[in-house]
Amino acid sequence: MKSLVNSKSKLISKLYMWLIFFFLYAPLVVLIVFSFNESKSRNIWTGFSLKWYAKLFADKEILRALFNTIIVAVVASFLATVIGTVACFGILKMRRWAKRSVMNVNNLPIVNPEIVTGVSLMLLFVFVYKNLGIFRPGIVTLIFAHTTFCLPYVVLSVLPKLRQISPYLYEAAQDLGCTPARAFFKVILPDIFPGIVTGFIMAFTLSLDDFVISYFTSGATQTLPIAIYSMTRKIVSPEINALSTILFAVVLLLLIAINLRQIKDEGKNRN
Amino acid sequence: MKKKSRLVLAAVILFFASAFAFLACIAIYKNSHKPAVTINVYNWGEYISDGTDGSLNVNEEFTRRTGIHVNYSTFSSNEALFAKLQNGGTKYDVIIPSDYMISKMIALGMLKKLNFDAIPNFSYIDDSFRGLEYDPTNEYSVPYTWGTVGIFYNKKLVLEPEDKITWDILWAPKYAGKILMFDNPRDAFAISQFRLGIPLNSKSREDWLVAAKELKEQQPLVQAYVMDQIFDKMANNEAALAPYYNGDAALLTQKNKDIGFVIPKEGTNRFVDAMCIPKNSEHLDEALAYINFMCDPAIATENIKHIGYSSPETAVKNRLGPEVASSKICYPDDSTLKSTQVFTYLPDDINSIIDSLWINIKTGEQKDQFGLVAVLIGFIVVYLAVLFIKKRKPNP
Amino acid sequence: MKASLRLVIKMKVKALSLTYIVWMAIFTLVPMLLVLVFAFTDKTWSFTVENIINVGYYSNIFLRSIGLGALSTAICLLLGYPLAYIIAKVPAKRQGIVVMLIMLPMWMNFLLRTYAWMTILENNGLLNKVLSFLGVSQPVSFINTSGAVVLGMVYNFLPYMILPIYSAISKIDKKIIEAAQDLGAGRRKVFFKVLLPLSLPGVISGVTMVFVPAVSTFIISKMLGGGAHILVGDLIEMQFLGSTYNPHLGSAISFVLMILIFISIGIMNQFDDSDELSVPAAYR
Repeated sequence: MKSLVNSKSKLISKLYMWLIFFFLYAPLVVLIVFSFNESKSRNIWTGFSLKWYAKLFADKEILRALFNTIIVAVVASFLATVIGTVACFGILKMRRWAKRSVMNVNNLPIVNPEIVTGVSLMLLFVFVYKNLGIFRPGIVTLIFAHTTFCLPYVVLSVLPKLRQISPYLYEAAQDLGCTPARAFFKVILPDIFPGIVTGFIMAFTLSLDDFVISYFTSGATQTLPIAIYSMTRKIVSPEINALSTILFAVVLLLLIAINLRQIKDEGKNRN
Repeated sequence: MKKKSRLVLAAVILFFASAFAFLACIAIYKNSHKPAVTINVYNWGEYISDGTDGSLNVNEEFTRRTGIHVNYSTFSSNEALFAKLQNGGTKYDVIIPSDYMISKMIALGMLKKLNFDAIPNFSYIDDSFRGLEYDPTNEYSVPYTWGTVGIFYNKKLVLEPEDKITWDILWAPKYAGKILMFDNPRDAFAISQFRLGIPLNSKSREDWLVAAKELKEQQPLVQAYVMDQIFDKMANNEAALAPYYNGDAALLTQKNKDIGFVIPKEGTNRFVDAMCIPKNSEHLDEALAYINFMCDPAIATENIKHIGYSSPETAVKNRLGPEVASSKICYPDDSTLKSTQVFTYLPDDINSIIDSLWINIKTGEQKDQFGLVAVLIGFIVVYLAVLFIKKRKPNP
Repeated sequence: MKASLRLVIKMKVKALSLTYIVWMAIFTLVPMLLVLVFAFTDKTWSFTVENIINVGYYSNIFLRSIGLGALSTAICLLLGYPLAYIIAKVPAKRQGIVVMLIMLPMWMNFLLRTYAWMTILENNGLLNKVLSFLGVSQPVSFINTSGAVVLGMVYNFLPYMILPIYSAISKIDKKIIEAAQDLGAGRRKVFFKVLLPLSLPGVISGVTMVFVPAVSTFIISKMLGGGAHILVGDLIEMQFLGSTYNPHLGSAISFVLMILIFISIGIMNQFDDSDELSVPAAYR
């Protein structure tokens, strides 16, 4: 039946795909090109220069914002992964109604508009800080907030994996002489590990890029997106373009490495 | 298995990459970070000399001299600053609001009285900037800069001669889509008020309604309501006319030679931005040291040189050289200053009128309470209809 | 009473998820409750419905937000569905790379990408430069229009539409389509009777994932719309951190927005019969 797909429609679909890619990548190209611009202008090209890259590494404000962003992303995604994974074991054993209501609460941060989540968390943090004097909005509240919106994604990626495991497997392993711990690490963990990793990666990327919720919960602390936002109000320094270009290149290299490895794997499997 | 190994690899790489970045950051951070007090300074955007274009990085200089670190962040309007403070949750040590906001904060008990013994450099502040209306006893604030509001215009796009440019030009239909407006209520209303000859700090509800009506009529002509972006848009010839603060004139004309600046004859707003310490500051001594440091004529000169606004210190004016000191833009003559007015704090009921009028102007719409109710009902009806249809046609 | 008794007995198993439950209670339920409290009180903390009634004054902002959100969702669907279909037809070996290329731009900060659109769309921007090169004499104003806002929304949320649809289509057994064709179904029939119904869960999840953030965005309208036509997101931001501070009204607006979103998600979920425990498809 594939023969029905003639070369003309194939050409059209290829063209269409490239058009969409052009749309998706046009702003990125603009950003990357202007990170090499000589002047500070963001739309007039005055010559090639690497000075913004040099300046970037001397700019303590931006580096501190980057540092905050990474701390929050690492800690929050780690917390979310641990808490979420452990929780899945309990959720699976819950009664139907309990499971249902837990899942409904779980999905709340996902379906809720980000701005409402941000505002509501801000109200909470401010309330706690004003009345109890603890957790001044800053890096700690950022970690709380990010863990909160990452948790549901971890649960949603681990839970299906856990459900697929036969409950008897764990018991069988114990019957065959495994200690409970050994049975867990040898039987359960390998099966759900991909889910955990997906959850972690998702949490990490979500946290790294989050602006809206951070904007409301950060107090006086700056993360990279917040720093960028306050710059967009006047003139964004090309240093930021340079930083994003670097980050983008790192991600690109990682993905290429993973994909090369995958292609290699496939080659091996075929042999 | 394939997919798994790929994911594991991804995780391992991600972990190492983040760990590496983490360590790199710590290394960089440690280098610059001895355990010391950090004060939170909250200022207007682009309102400090930050080391760009060969200027002095004032905050770093402060840290170098005192060992006190500065966590510097910016706001875009007095109202945004107020909202952030009112929200609680953040403890700033030095803030730089404008006149009317200072009096509002004093009235609400949000500011600390300053110990002027710890600010010896206050002696450099000119007499004419002491005890102004917003802080009559001069107990809460130390002036940082001052300035006036005028109209920036692009000489290529605006054909009127300079002396013909009045506030009226912002209502001229021929410049539709080329006009920028302030994105904060007080500054925007002030323009309408000067144009109509209404006092700036009117306590009459009617006055504000009249001014709002004019602003609403202007709305279709306005390209965008912006604050700091005025800079970018005027420099790039995106707009022809924009009211803004005189302090940015030097910078803007340097960026784009076609830009002119004029203070309209009808009069304008004169503002003073001053350094204050919020009541909940935890680093009072360090904050005072910071304020004192900023008043040091040598530092203030470097600072003013970069930001371009006018200084309340004659010593600074003299250091900047005759060209700046005699500039009519930065230091207008007395006759111009005579026609200026200063914002003062308005009572709460007037403020809430302004707020609701302001949202109305920006959205350019009539009040129609029932639209939303209709939408809500519509949504619910659709929901019920879908439920109903589904029940009647059960899935196999 | 009985329920809570049962809860105590079951505690042992549930102890595992206790941290999680406490966490979610503190950080999602309590904040929601606070929004409710703020929405129904005034400055002196006494009960009032005035805030909720006042939300009605901003009907037009809600209408515009919903309108622009729906429009950009529709455009995303029209652009995204064919692309998802095309990707699903790409040889399996290269599919992963194409999907990766769709996700890649999301790694660049979205504020910056939107900012870059400013550079492109301005009156003296790149697009107008290209146009004038092609012979268009007057610069076309793209920026500061509702169109620019819709473009920004489509740009930022398109991947959220493509990915779930792609993952739904790629799961469809090719044999089903072939069988339909063998049984004499024409292209149109195959699409409407087989492909579309089977990919519907992906469409639903895509529509939800575009519509919700599009309706509630507060940056895109500011940066590309010029601030003259504010959206609900901007309105909420103004009440909390912007030029008109009033958290009670802000909470009331958030509350109404939340209800609207929940109803629309409820409507869309009626078309989707898949398991509620499933992962949002875009992240699979």
